[in-house]
Amino acid sequence: MGLVSWLVLLPFLTTVAVVLTPASKSRNIRWVAALGTGAHLLLTAFVTWKYWQAASPDFPSMKTALATKLYLVERMPWFESMGIQYFVGLDGISMAMIILTSIIIFTGVMASWNVEVRTKEFFALLLTLVTGVFGVFVSFDLFLFFVFYELAVLPMYLLIGVWGTGPKEYSAMKLTLMLMVGSAFILVGILALYHVSGTHSFDLITLGQATYDSDFQRWVFPMLFVGFGVLGALYPFHTWSPDGHASAPTAVSMLHAGVLMKLGGYGALRIAVYLLPQGAQYWGLFFMAVTTINILYGSFGAITQKDLKYFTAYSSVSHCGFVLFGVAALNMMSFKGAIIQMFSHGIMTGLFFGLIGMVYGRTHTRIIPEMGGLAKVMPWLATCFYIAGLASLGLPGFSGFVAESSVFLGGFFGNPWHDITAMRILTLLATCSVVVTAVYVLRGLAKVFAGPITDAHFEHLTDATLTERISTGMLVATLAVVGLMPGTLINLIESSVYPLVNRLHAIGGKF
Amino acid sequence: MDQTMELGFALKNAWLILALPFFSFLIVGLFIRPLSKRAAGIVATLAIFLTACFAYRLAYEYFFTLPGALEGIHKAFVPWSVEWLRYQENMVVSLGILTDPISVMLMVVVTTVSSLVHLYSTGYLHGEDGYGRYFTYLNLFTFSMLGLVTAPNIVQMFVCWELVGASSFLLIGYYYDRPSAVAAAKKAFIVTRFADLGFLIGMLILGFFGFQFFGELPASVTQGLQPFDFMFLTHPEVGAKFLAQGGSFLGISLVTLSMILIYMGAAGKSAMFPLHIWLPDAMEGPTPVSALIHAATMVVAGVYLVARMFPVFAVSGDALLVVAYVGAFTCLFAALIGCTQDDIKRVLAFSTLSQLGYMMFALGVSSFENPLGYTASMFHLFTHAFFKALLFLGAGSVIHAVHSNSIWDMGGLRKKMPVTHVTFLIATLAISGIFPLSGFFSKDEILSAALESGHTNIFVVGLVVAGMTAFYMSRVYFVTFWGKHRTEGAHHAHESPPVMLIPLIILAVFSIFSGFIPFAHFVSLPSPHGGEGAAHGGIDLAVALPSTAVALLGIGLAAFFYSGDTSRIEALSKSLGVIYTTIKNKFYIDEVYLFVTHKIIFRFIAAPIAWFDRNVVDGGVNLSAWGTRKAGSGLSRTQTGQVQTYGSWFVSGVLGILLVLWILSFERH
Repeated sequence: MGLVSWLVLLPFLTTVAVVLTPASKSRNIRWVAALGTGAHLLLTAFVTWKYWQAASPDFPSMKTALATKLYLVERMPWFESMGIQYFVGLDGISMAMIILTSIIIFTGVMASWNVEVRTKEFFALLLTLVTGVFGVFVSFDLFLFFVFYELAVLPMYLLIGVWGTGPKEYSAMKLTLMLMVGSAFILVGILALYHVSGTHSFDLITLGQATYDSDFQRWVFPMLFVGFGVLGALYPFHTWSPDGHASAPTAVSMLHAGVLMKLGGYGALRIAVYLLPQGAQYWGLFFMAVTTINILYGSFGAITQKDLKYFTAYSSVSHCGFVLFGVAALNMMSFKGAIIQMFSHGIMTGLFFGLIGMVYGRTHTRIIPEMGGLAKVMPWLATCFYIAGLASLGLPGFSGFVAESSVFLGGFFGNPWHDITAMRILTLLATCSVVVTAVYVLRGLAKVFAGPITDAHFEHLTDATLTERISTGMLVATLAVVGLMPGTLINLIESSVYPLVNRLHAIGGKF
Repeated sequence: MDQTMELGFALKNAWLILALPFFSFLIVGLFIRPLSKRAAGIVATLAIFLTACFAYRLAYEYFFTLPGALEGIHKAFVPWSVEWLRYQENMVVSLGILTDPISVMLMVVVTTVSSLVHLYSTGYLHGEDGYGRYFTYLNLFTFSMLGLVTAPNIVQMFVCWELVGASSFLLIGYYYDRPSAVAAAKKAFIVTRFADLGFLIGMLILGFFGFQFFGELPASVTQGLQPFDFMFLTHPEVGAKFLAQGGSFLGISLVTLSMILIYMGAAGKSAMFPLHIWLPDAMEGPTPVSALIHAATMVVAGVYLVARMFPVFAVSGDALLVVAYVGAFTCLFAALIGCTQDDIKRVLAFSTLSQLGYMMFALGVSSFENPLGYTASMFHLFTHAFFKALLFLGAGSVIHAVHSNSIWDMGGLRKKMPVTHVTFLIATLAISGIFPLSGFFSKDEILSAALESGHTNIFVVGLVVAGMTAFYMSRVYFVTFWGKHRTEGAHHAHESPPVMLIPLIILAVFSIFSGFIPFAHFVSLPSPHGGEGAAHGGIDLAVALPSTAVALLGIGLAAFFYSGDTSRIEALSKSLGVIYTTIKNKFYIDEVYLFVTHKIIFRFIAAPIAWFDRNVVDGGVNLSAWGTRKAGSGLSRTQTGQVQTYGSWFVSGVLGILLVLWILSFERH
């Protein structure tokens, strides 16, 4: 049993431990979950160090590599007759995503400290979900990948349906069904790859060595991209997100917006672009246009929202648009930007939804016009909210700027396969969102936290508790570390981005 | 820089100029502030004083000890830099410090004014709840501003540019329970953000061509540089490449386009028309903040950016013309409004706009053949920082005493507040351009630059505005300090505490003497062919005499209208009618903006999108769910459980298939 398997096994064991703890002791359950996820953070730190040791000597050679290089690999046959294996490992991109997930789940558990209804089931499902997420990020066998992918999506139905608020059954059903439709596309795409490659294998690296004719690439690429795009809030398949987030309990929103939506961008990059470079070259501009709609539409949509969660959900539609935009722009800088944006948006949205949950727990309202002047009674939460807001409008010093500037540069620099003028126009349209984002973020923040206190019972509200401070403090620190020292993340992912770009150039051709 | 050259302590450890305020910000904000507010103020202030001492030392080493320095040759070099953000190969952004005459000059200005404002604030905000928070922000601002002026590449400039914007936002909104302050903070951020969009796009264009030229130019040019570095972008070879590039967009050449976009960012920060609307509202912040950020330092960042990119602007003459005319227009426009405002800080704000207009058009009229404007602009930036900060701090002292911003609530403060009075008078004379105060020298240099470059119209605007400046500043001075006490507040006013007066006195000294610095010796436009440009200083009587005359005229008029009885001015403003109200309402530009944002963007773009999303896109999703359900329930009707029904379906199915096969068999034959 290697280190990478432990990354998946640890949350699973924590789930088991939660299930075995007596349901009457909700305090113990929380502690078990907190210890399990805390241990996972330490494990992740250790694995990162191990990964760095193993991978850093190879960095120079990766500049020309055509296949992504995996480290700490574990491989076992599973259904040998069909070429399905248990194949896990790490490259820079998945390492970054593992770090993100580990931080979000720990802070999510901290932020759910006061869940009192069916505590045991809640944490058990939450940890099951995150087991799936970790599984997705480490699997390099597409069958295994898909199993984990489904494991990550399904518990969401129960988590929203049982612990949610508002029209929760409707939202849960809508979210699950829409994501299932996306999964169906992905499954068909994966099976098509398996058959056409003729390799009798689901192994990503092996599949990457096969050749696919350009007609095949042309029809499978959009299928995979849209399939993953549904989870990444690709327009117009994003509408599960506002309802789903609004109904979901705090930790679920955090995990869903923070991590699960990243599976979309991750899958699109890792599977669709990696395996089907010609398909990507054929469709790139089209998807850039669609994601430009995402970016602008999401940000304009957020301006008039009244509910803080809808507000953040629309802002996520806009920000996730940057991820897919970067993936579709097909060059070094845009890919890097997309990955950094996944990380950055994950942390930022986790922070946003965590804070909204904390504020809601106190004011019992999420309606922006009903709030006002909260900074006076909850300075800690207000400060964190302002930081999250400034980070989300791309203020340098936080990770969002690094990501967005990379994506913009990537889009503006263009690639050899698309009309550069069209790419530039789309990029310029996308840059306009930085102003719109400033408008809605500052309007929302000013209404909720600044000004005089609008409701007498707000006067007696309390500021963040210790667990809440740990949770928000960690997320803020992460945003700042990546923003101030972007090299930390860039060094981690860069070597794994080269193969993606090199494949495009080596296998590519003009249509 | 040669490896062999001996650098002094400060140049060798130049990173300290950023590290000191940054770590002070972190330590004060995270650790000291929660413990003790007073300690937070003291530590923050000491840290900035230390930074100021360091900046002086650095300036001394740079201007006096480097080889050639005494002959007036000041080379640009980067004493410290580290890799910060690696976009891709040959596209690396470093964090570093660029020392050249203008950056070193601004380091001195920023740290001087900042440390005095810190000191002043310990008195001004004494006993307030947000004391610790205030000093944290102020430290953050100082760090960001120093990062901006020392930036060796355009990305670091942009990063710090946004950070000063954010700290300005936080400080304007310092009184966060006051809706007007919150609105002003929001407005400042959003307007400058809109302008920064231009900066960002300009940066993308420059980055792209910079990267392209970087690959084409010989190593002698690119050695040790990156495409985003100013030293690369402003290199004459790059300028030549830009010209040779050709290509245009809407009939505007690429270099002009990118420089106009960059200028848009500069115009936003320096509040040039029509992006000026945020600056008067920004006066909602505490007065020391207005002195530091909205008068002396942050708002000159736009001027500084244009100066920094000057060689590229010069490649595109059209972009420089835009700079010149927008500057001249703002200069006049703001002075007009300044004559009618009643809030002492707003008068000063419009005066800042007007003076920034001077600095901008001075840059706009200069060229490599005629480099005087460049020196003059930087000179005016230098002197203006001191006398404008002094005016604001003096205004703060008065507001502190009277508890009102309106000049009509003051009056007769001459005797009650002698130190404030004298220092304010010095600053008023300095900004009016009266010999031998500093404003006289710098403003005259700007005017002679405009005249020499052949822009006579701009020269006339500058001259007229010089008179208007003297008029509106003297108006404030007379109404505030002369006449009778108009309110109880003014009657009970008393002089501010020493921590507030010491900065006033120091700034007054600077305002008097900084004009005598042989500025051209230190700061002049580096000529494209190496060596220094031949800017000359000195007084040009053909300009000095008329400008002094209009200044005296302005002061005389103000004395005539405002020093005692004010009925004459009331009659005058009444007789002007609509013209007066239009000017007083700032030409209704705010209303236009409000209309565009609220009525057009929110109502006709944002709200319909939200509706469309809920009803059309999501409606489609719900429709497909509804359709599926209906189809399911419709089909479920066929499951009746009756064998007869199933049997009849079966039989008709078999018959149907047979029919199809029968028809197909015909086709085959």
